[in-house]
Amino acid sequence: MAHAHPVKRYRGIMDWLTTVDHKKIGILYLIAGGFFFLIGGLEAILIRIQLIAPEMNFLPAHTFNELLTMHGTTMIFFAAMPLIFAFMNAVLPLQIGARDVAFPFVNALGFWLFFFGGLMLNISWLIGAVPDAGWTAYVPLSGPDYGSGGVNFYVMGLQIAGIGTLIGGINFLVTVINMRAPGMTYMRMPLFTWASFITSALILFAFPAITVGLVLLMFDRLFGANFFDPAMGGNVVLWQHLFWIFGHPEVYILILPAFGIISEVVSTFSSKRLFGYSSMVFATILIGFLGFMVWAHHMFTTGLGPVANSLFAIATMLIAVPTGIKIFNWIFTLWGGHIRFSTANLFAVSFIPTFVMGGVTGVMLAVAPANFQFHDTYFVVAHFHYVIVGGLVLGLFSGVFYWWPKMFGRVLDEKLGKWFFWLFFVGFHLTFFIQHFLGLQGMPRRVFTYLGGQGWDTGNFVSTVGALLMGVGTIVFLVNIVITSRKPQDAPADPWDGRTLEWTIPSPPPEYNFKQTPLVRGLDAFWVEKVDGRKEMTPAEPVGSIHMPSGSILPIIMSIGLFIGGFGFMYANNPFDNTIISFLFENYIIAIGGVGITLFCMYLRSVNDDPGFHIEPEDQVEKGAKL
Amino acid sequence: MSAVDHSHAHGGQLPAEPENATLEGRNKILGFWLFLGGETVLFGTLFATFLALRGQVLDGPTEAHLYKLVTVALATFILLTSSMTSVLAIQAMHRHDTKGIQLWLGITVALGFAFLGLEVYEFFEYIHEGHVFTGSAYSSAFYTLVGFHGAHVLFGVIWISMIMAQISKKGLTVVTAPKVYVAALYWHFVDLVWVFIFTVVYLMGKVG
Repeated sequence: MAHAHPVKRYRGIMDWLTTVDHKKIGILYLIAGGFFFLIGGLEAILIRIQLIAPEMNFLPAHTFNELLTMHGTTMIFFAAMPLIFAFMNAVLPLQIGARDVAFPFVNALGFWLFFFGGLMLNISWLIGAVPDAGWTAYVPLSGPDYGSGGVNFYVMGLQIAGIGTLIGGINFLVTVINMRAPGMTYMRMPLFTWASFITSALILFAFPAITVGLVLLMFDRLFGANFFDPAMGGNVVLWQHLFWIFGHPEVYILILPAFGIISEVVSTFSSKRLFGYSSMVFATILIGFLGFMVWAHHMFTTGLGPVANSLFAIATMLIAVPTGIKIFNWIFTLWGGHIRFSTANLFAVSFIPTFVMGGVTGVMLAVAPANFQFHDTYFVVAHFHYVIVGGLVLGLFSGVFYWWPKMFGRVLDEKLGKWFFWLFFVGFHLTFFIQHFLGLQGMPRRVFTYLGGQGWDTGNFVSTVGALLMGVGTIVFLVNIVITSRKPQDAPADPWDGRTLEWTIPSPPPEYNFKQTPLVRGLDAFWVEKVDGRKEMTPAEPVGSIHMPSGSILPIIMSIGLFIGGFGFMYANNPFDNTIISFLFENYIIAIGGVGITLFCMYLRSVNDDPGFHIEPEDQVEKGAKL
Repeated sequence: MSAVDHSHAHGGQLPAEPENATLEGRNKILGFWLFLGGETVLFGTLFATFLALRGQVLDGPTEAHLYKLVTVALATFILLTSSMTSVLAIQAMHRHDTKGIQLWLGITVALGFAFLGLEVYEFFEYIHEGHVFTGSAYSSAFYTLVGFHGAHVLFGVIWISMIMAQISKKGLTVVTAPKVYVAALYWHFVDLVWVFIFTVVYLMGKVG
C-alpha cells in the first residue's frame, strides 16, 4: 500500500490493557465476569450456610444483609451482564461475517467502565461500608436517613458500569445494522445474533431509566434533594417505578441472549435447521417489546389499584405466548434430529424443562390476587432463580462449552464437563425446587434467620446442601479450565460440525477474522456450503490489504477517571483527619478532577485521528494469531 | 471496507455528502441517532419525575409566581434560532464551504452561550426568591430537569467550539464532516428537549 503508517503495537499485558479487538475484549469480559460470578457465588454459599438451620449464628444480621445485597447486585450487573457481553463480543461479529465491531474504541471503553464499576462496588468490602439495602435499593431504606454509607458504592458503581453497558448496546446495534457481510440479510442472521440485537435495543431504552433513578438517589443522598423524602413532598413509589421500568426489561436483556445460545446449540447438536426460524425471530422481538409493558407486576402490593394491576397482569401473561413458541420450536428442532449429547447440548437440553418451570411460576406470580400471597416469600426467590440460574446461567454454560474452542483454540474436557453439568444441575434443583414450598409455607425472603418448628427446617437444610453441590460443580469447572489450558492449542476450526460463519475460520480466529469477507447464500451460511459439498465459504472480495484500528490506552484511563470522580463525590462530606485530604474532597477537587480526566481523554480521542494500520496479504496467515 | 475509505481521507475529491462517504462516518451517525434514542428515555424519565412531583412545593414559591415568561420566551427564541443556524452550517458543509461552516457554527455557539447566560440569571433570581434545590420535592425536580438540559447545552457549546477548532486546523474531510453532522444532530435534540421544557414546565406551570 502507498501509505503505511508507523503504528506502535503493544505486547504482553499492555496489549490487553490497550486492545480494541472484539475477541480479546470478549475474553476480558469472560474473565472479569467469571471473577465476579465466583464472588457472587461465594456470597450465595455464605448466605445458605447461615440459613442451613434455625437460629444459626454463622453471620451477624447486618453482614447477612450486606451479603444478600451484594450477591444480587454482583450477579445481575457484574456477572450475568458481562458474561453476555463476552459472547456478544466473541461471537456476534464472526456470525455476521464482520472484521470488527462498528466502534472498537467504544467497545473497549464499555468493558473498562463495567470493570471499574464492579471494582468500585466490591471495594466497599475493603472499606467496610457495604451496600445493605437489597439489590433493588428501595427508598427510604436506601435513602439518606436509613441507608448506610455503603449504598453510595451501589449508586456510583452501577452508574459507571451502566454507562459502559449503554455504549456497548449502541455499539452492537450499529454493528448488526451496518457491518453484515454481503448476503447476510436480517432473516439470515443466526438466532444468537438476533437475540443480541434485540437485547442491545432493550439496553438502549432501559438503561437511561436506571441512570436517572440512580442520579436522583445520589442527589438525595449527597446533595440534600428531596425526590424520595415524603416529609419534603417526595415519593418513595417513584423509585420503584424508575427501578422496575429499567428492571423488568433488564430481565429480558439477560434471558434473550440465553435463548439465542440455546437456539444455536440445540440446532447444531441435532444437525438440523432450527425449527420455525421466522417465528423464533418474531417471538424474540415480541418478548423485547412486551418486556417494557410489565414493570408494575413487581409492584402489585404497592397499591396501584385493581385496574392497573389487572392490565399489568394480563400484559405479563401475554409474554408466556412468544416464550411458549420458543419452547415448542426447540423441542421440534430436537425432534427426529441426530442428537449428540455433548456438554454444551446437555446444558441446552436441560435448560428447556428448567426454564419452563420458571416460566410457570412466573405466570402464577402474574396473577395479581395470588401475588399478594406469594409476595416477599421464598416462592419469589425460587421463581427468579429458576429463570436466571435455570435459564440464563445454564444457557451461559452451554455457550461456554460451545464457543470455548473458538475463543481459546482448545476444546474443554468433555468428561469433566459432564461431571460439572450433573453436579451443577442436580445442585441447582436441590437448592431452589424446595424453596417454592418454603415460600408457600410462608417463609419470608431476606430474613437472616428463622425459628425452628415451623416446617421450614428440612427445606432449608436441603437447599443449603444443593448450594454446596453447585459450588463443588463450579470447582470441577475451574479444574477443567486449568487442565484444558495446559493442553496444546489445537482445536479444529469446526469442532462441532457447525452451521454458522464463526466455524469457517480458524480457532482462535486471526485478528482480522476473515481473510476474505464471505458471501452468504442462505440461513445457516456454512451449512449451505456444506450441503453443496464445499468445505469453505465463497469469498465476496479478493485477497487484499486489511485495515485495522490501533489499540489505545485511553479507555482504561477514562474509566479510572470516573472511578476517581465517583470516590470524590462519595467522600465529599466525609470528615478526614488529614486537612489536605479533607480540603481536596470537600471542595469537590477530587470529584471534578476525576471527571476532568475522562473529559480530557475524550478531547484527546477527538483531536487525534486514528490512522490504524494495515495487514498485508503476505502477513495474513491461515492459522490465527496466538493468544 | 477500508481501502476505499482510506483514499478519501487523504486528499482527492470530497464527495457531496462528506459525512456519509465512509463506513466509519455512517456508523458514527447511526450510532449517534441511537444514542439520542437513549437520551430521549433519559429526559422522558426526568419529565415523568417532574410531573409526578411538581405539585409538592411545600411552603416555597409556586410555579405561577416564579416563572417569568418574558425571559423564558426570549431563551426559547434564542435556542430555536440556534437550531436554524446549525442547519445552515450543515448546508455550508454540503457546499464544501469551510468558512460558512465556521460562521454558522460560531453563531450557534454564541446563541448557546446567550441562552446559558439567561438560564444562569433566571436561576439566580429563583434562588433569590427562595426557590432552592433542597427546598422541596418540586424544586429538586425542577432544577434536575432544567439543569440536566442546561448541562447538555453547556456540553454542546464546548463540543461545537472544539469541532470548529478542528475544522480550522484539519479542514473539511471525510473524518471531520461526520463530527460536524453529529454535533448538529445533538444540538437539534437539545433544542427539541427545550421545546418540551418550555411547554411542560413553564407554560403548564403558568396555566395549571
